[in-house]
Amino acid sequence: MGKRIGMEVGIAAAEAVGLCNIDVAAVYPITPQSHIAEHLSDIVHDGRIDAEFITVESEHSSISACVGASATGARVYTATSSQGLMYMHEVLPIVAAMRLPVVMGNANRAIAGPLNIWNDHSDIMNQRDCGWIVMHAENGQEVIDMTIQSFKIAEHPDVMLPTVLNMDGFQLTHMIEPLEFPTQEEVNKFLPDRVPFATLHPDKPVSMGCFNMPEIFTETMKVKDTALINSKKTIIKIWNEWGKQFGRYYKPVETYKSKGAETLILTVGSMGETASVAVDEMKKAGKSVGLVKLRLWRPFPLEELRAAIKGCKTLVVMDRSVTFGGIGGPVATEIKSLIFHDKDRPRIINYLMGLGGRDVTVEDFISMVERAAKKKDETYEFYGVRE
Amino acid sequence: MIEIRWHGRGGQGAVTSVELLALAAIEEGKYAQGFPAFGPERRGAPIMAYNRVAEKPIKIRSGIYHPDVVVVLDPSLVGLVNVTDGLKPGGLLIVNTSKPAEILREQLKYKGKLATVDATCIAREELGVPIANTTMLGAVMKMTKVLNMESLDGPIEERFGKVANKNKNALKMAYKDVKLAK
Repeated sequence: MGKRIGMEVGIAAAEAVGLCNIDVAAVYPITPQSHIAEHLSDIVHDGRIDAEFITVESEHSSISACVGASATGARVYTATSSQGLMYMHEVLPIVAAMRLPVVMGNANRAIAGPLNIWNDHSDIMNQRDCGWIVMHAENGQEVIDMTIQSFKIAEHPDVMLPTVLNMDGFQLTHMIEPLEFPTQEEVNKFLPDRVPFATLHPDKPVSMGCFNMPEIFTETMKVKDTALINSKKTIIKIWNEWGKQFGRYYKPVETYKSKGAETLILTVGSMGETASVAVDEMKKAGKSVGLVKLRLWRPFPLEELRAAIKGCKTLVVMDRSVTFGGIGGPVATEIKSLIFHDKDRPRIINYLMGLGGRDVTVEDFISMVERAAKKKDETYEFYGVRE
Repeated sequence: MIEIRWHGRGGQGAVTSVELLALAAIEEGKYAQGFPAFGPERRGAPIMAYNRVAEKPIKIRSGIYHPDVVVVLDPSLVGLVNVTDGLKPGGLLIVNTSKPAEILREQLKYKGKLATVDATCIAREELGVPIANTTMLGAVMKMTKVLNMESLDGPIEERFGKVANKNKNALKMAYKDVKLAK
C-alpha cells in the first residue's frame, strides 16, 4: 500500500475503478455522483486505462449499455444517484436475471418529491427487490476497497450478479479525507480477469434474457432468489481474501463495542462513524450502549445480524428513508420480521432521520438513545421534526 | 482536534481553501477533513466550508457547530451572517477586513480573540483580483499554527500551476500582516 494521501472521495471512487482494468464505462452525470463520472471520463480520455467511456443520454441508456457490454464479456462499470437510479429501475431486475456482473457505484441522495439533492437512502431502498447485491460503505477508504472488491464478487463464477456500492452523497462523495490506494500490481494480484459464462458474439450467436412462459417463470424467480442468497458465502470469502492481502477486514455486519451492551444502535452507511463517537461518549458516561452496522443489505445477512444483536434489550434502528404508509423505515421493518419468532427479542425502536440531507450529529444519536429508553411502545418516529 | 469554519461567498474559493488546508494537513501525516456546507452552488450567496484536523483518525461526519476557529473571507458578511455563532469559548475569529478591530467588535458585539488582516488588499496587489481565499490561509497558518506553512506549497502548486507563486506570495504577506486585536 502507498502512503496516505488527501483526496475527495468521489474522485477516489473513480481512481479505484481505474485500477480495475475495466473495458466499458457507461455513466450519465448527476449530483452528487458527477465527480465520479467526470473523473472516470478523464482517466479514460487521458489514456491512463484502455477502456471505452460511453457518453449516454440518460441513465436508462447507461444501464442498458452496461447490459449489452457485459453480455459480450466485458468488465463494466456505471455510477449514478437518486433520480438516475430511479430512471434505471426498469432495467435493474433484468441485469440480475441475466446474471450480468455489472458493477455500480451509487452516491446516495434523496429521491424527489419534493426535489432535494442531499443525502438519504431512499434511492437505494426503492431498488430493494431488483435482485442486485447491495452494499454500503462507511468512509472513503471503504469506497476504494469495496469498489475493487465489487468486481471480484460480481464476476465470481459462484455469484455472477450485479453489485451496487452505496456511498452517502456529499457526506462521503464530497469529503476530502486521508486515503490509501493499493498499487496496480496489488489490485492485479487480487482481481483476476473476468471469465464470462457465455458471451454475445456475432460469430457464435446465442440468445440472452429470454422471454419466460408461466410454466417456467416461477422457477426462474426461485433461481434468482437462490443465486442472491448463495452469493453471501462468496462475498464473505472475497472479503476475507481482501483482509489477508490488505489488512482491512470486511464483514456483512460490523460491530463496535456491542458485546454485552443493553442498548444497540443500528446504522447503515456513513452515519456509523458519527454514531461510534456517540457510543464512546455514552460509554464514558456509564451507559451500556454499543453499535451494529449493516454493511450488506442484499443478500440480507440474517445469521450475522441475529448474532450481533443477541442479548441486547433495546435495538435503536436508524432509517434514512421512509416506507410510506408502512410500519416505519425499511431497515427496521426487515429486522422486525427477522426476529419475529425469536424468544427474548429486543424492543425495536425505529427513528426515521437524516432525511434529504438533515445533518445527524453525535448529540442526535445520544438524544435518540435517551428517548428510546423512555419510549413505551415500538412505534416509529420521525426524529427532529419541527412541529 | 481543531475545527475551523470558513465563511465566504459562492465563487470566492472558500471550498478551495478548505481543500488546500486538508490536503496540506494530510501531506504532513495528520488526519483531516475538508468539506463544503452542502448546498446549491450560488455565486455571491453566503456559504460555509469546514476543516477538521487531528492527530488521530476523524470519525465525526456531521457539520461543525462549535468551531475552534472561524475565518471570514468576505468583509461584507460581517453583520449579514452571524459569523461568531457557536464559536467555542476561547475560540478565535479571523476576519478579512480593512476596518479597525474596535469597529468590528462593536458590529459583532464580540469580545473574544480576534485577528484581522486586509487580505483583499493583499490579493489585489499580489494576484490582481480581490479574491482572498489563498491569502487568508496565510493568516490562518500564523494564528492557529495548525500546520507548517511549507506543507501548503505542494497543494498550491498542483492547484494553481503557473500562478502558484503569486498565491504563495499573497499567503506569506497575510502571514506577516495578520494581527491579533486588543
